[in-house]
Amino acid sequence: MFSIPVFLDSFEPLIWAARYTLLISVLGIVLGLVIGTLICAARLSSNMVLRKLAALWVSFFRGVPLLVQLLVFYYSLAVIGIDVPATFAAVFTVGICASAYISEIWRGAIAALPKGQAEAAVAIGMKPSDVWTRIILPQAVTISLPALINELILLVKASSLVSVVGIMEITRASQAQAATTFRPLEVYIAAACIYLIINLCLSALGRYLEHRTAI
Amino acid sequence: MEWSILEQYGPSLLRGFGVTVLCWILGTIFGMALGLVIALVQRYAPRFVGWIVQAYIEVIRGTPFLVQLFVLYYGGPLIGLRLDAIPAGLLGLTLYGSPYFAEIFRAGFRAVPHGQIEAARAIGMAEPTIVRRILLPLGLVSSLPALVNFSIILTKETVILSIITVPELMYQVGRMSAETYRYLEANLVLALFFWVLVEAISRVGRRVETRITKHLIERT
Repeated sequence: MFSIPVFLDSFEPLIWAARYTLLISVLGIVLGLVIGTLICAARLSSNMVLRKLAALWVSFFRGVPLLVQLLVFYYSLAVIGIDVPATFAAVFTVGICASAYISEIWRGAIAALPKGQAEAAVAIGMKPSDVWTRIILPQAVTISLPALINELILLVKASSLVSVVGIMEITRASQAQAATTFRPLEVYIAAACIYLIINLCLSALGRYLEHRTAI
Repeated sequence: MEWSILEQYGPSLLRGFGVTVLCWILGTIFGMALGLVIALVQRYAPRFVGWIVQAYIEVIRGTPFLVQLFVLYYGGPLIGLRLDAIPAGLLGLTLYGSPYFAEIFRAGFRAVPHGQIEAARAIGMAEPTIVRRILLPLGLVSSLPALVNFSIILTKETVILSIITVPELMYQVGRMSAETYRYLEANLVLALFFWVLVEAISRVGRRVETRITKHLIERT
């Protein structure tokens, strides 16, 4: 039956492991933002080859399960002979995968902006790079904040998959804990609780930001 | 990749693909059914039942699918829930998908014009009849695009079942690569395979969607 002491005891190691979950999700979303912005810019550019490549990128990384992407990247590093920590492979894969989704979030946000804004900026002689950094992106960021927080929640959940390449985040740590205590039920429910708390906090943050930035 | 490998492992890969498709279709059907029940309960049940259902939705949506599977498959036996890998995986997929499907149905029901339901009440239809003849037919059609979309997302989630040893495609690929040491090639081919599969399903989905929406516009 369900044992409360075992359940409470399993929180300590799992909360320690939550550092890695947060690290991977946050670095993943940062990398995803950087690459996603570039992909989005490529998708909206006037160069057809760039547009096609960006569309291919989005369709590939959204079409292939993250777990498969993770293994492909993990093993390809070994084949090429690059010796990097598994954490790097994890962050990189999560970030690349997020970039496909984030570029679509940007695209939606930019499509929601009145076209006249960019045209006006060009008309008064702004450089294209200035139009992006001063007119389009600041507004797009505001519009897409809730969607980005939502993406971060998805990444926190997706980061559980990096346990298969041996990173001691919450899920992996709970596997280890379950193996030593022989009480998988309590341990995994504790792990679920920690994920739930993280995500409830994030969604509260998302609602707050949505409220703050509402025009 | 040598062809002899494919010859040797072809049958098990095919079987794995069969299990993937089976899990996907059954998981989608059961998940949709449970989601529909949840959406109806949220609409009609008394408030405290609604709260319980809301808590269930938050828990499922706030936790990773993998952890849910671990609780079910490894934790289940401690409370007497002993399931083989495939039933556990199916139950997991059903539970995981249900809140998302419920949200889709809820949005679909909201899209049914309120006047239609009021009109049905005004001519004296009983509430169950209203659900059956007004709410469901109208609500289901408007939630169709989102349903197709989420079903496609579920195809990608089926690979996670391999971690709890459900013998689906990814599990078989994993076994093959462990025996032949061809990890990279095997996973690369798997990635391409899923890419094609998901693209194909979403193309078909979009076509079905356009057809049904066209029909809808003609009728109304």
